[in-house]
Amino acid sequence: MSHRIDHVFATAAERGRRILIPFITAGDPDPAWTVPIMHALVAGGADLIELGVPFSDPMADGPVIQASSERAIARGVDLAGVLEMVRAFRADDVDTPVVLMGYMNPVERFGVDALAGAFRSAGVDGLLMVDCPPEELVALQPALDAAGAYAVLLVAPTTTEHRLQQIARAARGFIYYVSFKGITGAGRLDTAALQEPLARIRRHSQLPVAVGFGIKDPAAAAAVAQHADAVVIGSALVENLVGSDAAEEACGRAREFVASMRESLDNMAGSE
Amino acid sequence: MAERSLIEHWPDEQGHFGPYGGMYVSETLMHALEELSTAYARWRSDPEFMARLDADLASYVGRPSPVYFAERLTEKAGGARILLKREDLNHTGAHKINNTVGQGLLAQHMGKTRVIAETGAGQHGVATATVAARLDQRCVVYMGETDIHRQAINVFRMQLLGAEVRSVTAGSKTLKDALNEAMRDWVTNVDDTFYVIGTVAGPHPYPMLVRDFNAVVGREARRQVLEGWGRLPDALVACVGGGSNAIGLFHPFLDDAAVRMFGVEAAGRGLETGEHAASLCAGRPGVLHGCRSYLIDDDAGQIRHTHSVSAGLDYPGVGPEHAWLKDSGRARYVSVTDTEALAATHQLARLEGILPALESSHAVAYGMRLAADMAPDQIVLINLSGRGDKDVQTLAALEGLSL
Repeated sequence: MSHRIDHVFATAAERGRRILIPFITAGDPDPAWTVPIMHALVAGGADLIELGVPFSDPMADGPVIQASSERAIARGVDLAGVLEMVRAFRADDVDTPVVLMGYMNPVERFGVDALAGAFRSAGVDGLLMVDCPPEELVALQPALDAAGAYAVLLVAPTTTEHRLQQIARAARGFIYYVSFKGITGAGRLDTAALQEPLARIRRHSQLPVAVGFGIKDPAAAAAVAQHADAVVIGSALVENLVGSDAAEEACGRAREFVASMRESLDNMAGSE
Repeated sequence: MAERSLIEHWPDEQGHFGPYGGMYVSETLMHALEELSTAYARWRSDPEFMARLDADLASYVGRPSPVYFAERLTEKAGGARILLKREDLNHTGAHKINNTVGQGLLAQHMGKTRVIAETGAGQHGVATATVAARLDQRCVVYMGETDIHRQAINVFRMQLLGAEVRSVTAGSKTLKDALNEAMRDWVTNVDDTFYVIGTVAGPHPYPMLVRDFNAVVGREARRQVLEGWGRLPDALVACVGGGSNAIGLFHPFLDDAAVRMFGVEAAGRGLETGEHAASLCAGRPGVLHGCRSYLIDDDAGQIRHTHSVSAGLDYPGVGPEHAWLKDSGRARYVSVTDTEALAATHQLARLEGILPALESSHAVAYGMRLAADMAPDQIVLINLSGRGDKDVQTLAALEGLSL
């Protein structure tokens, strides 16, 4: 059986479908709602889910995701709890890939030795460490390999040709392109400026390319998808879930939000 | 074969001190760090750049700072002679200016027109704003809301110097959160902005860069003690928050095996209470703010709030070179409580007419304890890293006075 991430991208490529990747912080707004929200995201048209592991000092994130991390931490969510959520999600969904996104310290504290078994048994497909460039990721690589999980790597507008070569060699599954110099949720997206850097990535790698940071609405998603294989939506979705009174309401919001993005992507020229 | 010098050995190419250090930042910043490493390697070997730096340290900072024999403090401790390296006499009142003069000059040579900094006690913010004014650089300083309240005088000093002070309201609203926010600014404005980090933490090359710019303290002290007392000191004592004044003093002595080194952390209300900022004494290795080092976190890996009466030591991490010096046994790390540090502040003021910064008082307190157990012909050299003017309001408040 091929890797869940590879399978999703390969199937989408055959059908001309753009991949939609919503990000939510695990445990926010309420830890008990996270698994139902994940299912709602899939029902709305998500192809892959990025699940944020909350961290107290999220240096690369903007105020929306930082606040959501703080709420999740206040409710006692840690990496072990996040893995429990993935395991529970897998009971009803064995197809949708789940990539954990977060920072090094909670992963280290969980224990690199324990990581492989825990990822495998929970059904985690990938790990994106925001504060860990490939130079430092070597320490986690054996555990990820043993778990059959991919290290998803970032490329930024500032990434040099030399670094891009290294990243392309080490990357698995897909490459995540950070759409601008800045933090998550900032309003700096310039979709026209994506063409050149994505072409540059494709000269070095056959892997599909996802674009994230600053994509707030269906129109922006469609504009980005003119150039990218996949679109990541984080802060706008996290903000949308704030203030939900119950799991049903949060799930409804999540499903509608993703469905509006899905519709926009599916109606693009060139899509079926 | 000559023994390998510890001074030249670390860090390695990737910025590691043994298992510590490194570059744990998002991909967007990797190029900026490489650019900084390249620029630093170039300018540090440029005779004109180094001559300009030396001239600034002499005529602007006021170096060399004296080494002072604290005779009455020595009598009070009742043991080894206590010498004070007077970094409190520098322009702006602390060792922090040694680093900002260097980084400011580097920023200028790299063509960066805007500098940013994080600050806890405000000393590094003031030192950055000072240099930025002189070099005509735009300056933004990030400071936790809590620290803005307890260091109001330094906030106004920065504003007088033309800097913009931005309040940080996230997390614990202290130094660690200011550092997060400064990183976010840097990642957003990386083209024209130079991030002046104030301590020997952060991603490579900062721990090396900040150490090198502060090592003038140890180089001077080594020469001054040899000239004035005909021997090397037996022990060095310095306070450790992030650890820049301590590494500055320790580093030039690393190959002098007979010289013992003591880094003094903030035990706050006591290590056993959990309300402290002693990363090396009571923390464990992890990753924070771009490097692997000791830090204070909970079982989930979330960084914990710290406490110290001194804002400059109130930080949950520590520089990676200190982590390495601890593990290798070359330096020892100890801690001093708020109460002990405050007592030392008063003793130094009354016995020697020197009002130390609360940070430096931690070193004074431990230095006196250490000296008491040593012979009268031995020498303890304490780094008096800053002066206490900024803490006058805090001291008054502790006595129930409002100024």
